Amino acid sequence: MLFEYSIKGGDFSTAGQASSRFKKVLQQLNVPPQTIKRIVIALYEAEVNIVAHAFEGTINIEVQPGYVVMTLTDKGPGIPDIEKAMEVGYSTASPKVREMGFGAGMGLSNIKNNADILEIQSKINQGTTLKITVNLNQENVIKE
Amino acid sequence: MKLSKVAEILNASVVCGKENLSREVTHAFASDLMSDVLTIDSRNLLLLTGLTNVQTIRTSEMADIQNIVIVRNKKVTPEMLEIAKENDIVILECNYSLFRACGKLFTAGLEPVY
Ligand SMILES: Nc1ncnc2c1ncn2[C@@H]1O[C@H](COP(=O)(O)OP(=O)(O)OP(=O)(O)O)[C@@H](O)[C@H]1O
Ligand SMILES: [Mg+2]
Repeated sequence: MLFEYSIKGGDFSTAGQASSRFKKVLQQLNVPPQTIKRIVIALYEAEVNIVAHAFEGTINIEVQPGYVVMTLTDKGPGIPDIEKAMEVGYSTASPKVREMGFGAGMGLSNIKNNADILEIQSKINQGTTLKITVNLNQENVIKE
Repeated sequence: MKLSKVAEILNASVVCGKENLSREVTHAFASDLMSDVLTIDSRNLLLLTGLTNVQTIRTSEMADIQNIVIVRNKKVTPEMLEIAKENDIVILECNYSLFRACGKLFTAGLEPVY
């Protein structure tokens, strides 16, 4: 099964709508709640990152019997130093983003903690692609 | 602790989910930072926050948080209410500071997450 959602950068009033819709899909597919939580937290963090840091983006999700692959591609400034961006506490978030309750520099590491595989590619002044894979057949493992 | 008890302790008004006040919470977490909220274990959790925008509720939806106390006399917006209703989230509004609300609930036996 394939799903596609588009995301507008800078629009915090609609941020999270794609993650919310996909959560309902997972519930309909009877995925266990603990696994749903890992998937949608990773997805929501990545969606909010596009809203907070990029101009626009697309989410493509592939649901297979054993796993979910979520690919988020954005047009934006890109990430100059991915290793640094992964560090807890590193953030370039604007005051507006902080006002919305984000910008602690915790999102990418939280995505990594909830995902089984995280791949990040980025080109400066072009954009960023996150590929997040979560296995479906493991119960109650929230990695911390 | 039942949510009805939480409401009583905090002198709070129930703005969403009146029918769910018999729900039990065992733990509480207080933060205005959604980045933090997205990293915690949310089972039987009560979230206390003074952040009132749509992302407070979206974050709760994603993190499976079903029970929220809005502190500092802040008011929820119609958009927040709509998403909360859709997701069976109970929202209480209270005019205590975050510190006072936490102190009261801690004393009454709610556990910290860590
Ligand atoms: N899609 C993106 N495009 C451009 N830069 C990004 C993108 N995602 C992340 N970044 C950069 O990486 C940094 C760290 O991202 P991370 O998600 O860990 O923290 P944050 O978004 O700043 O805050 P938080 O996620 O805690 O709300 C960001 O501040 C930003 O500089
Ligand atoms: Mg982030």
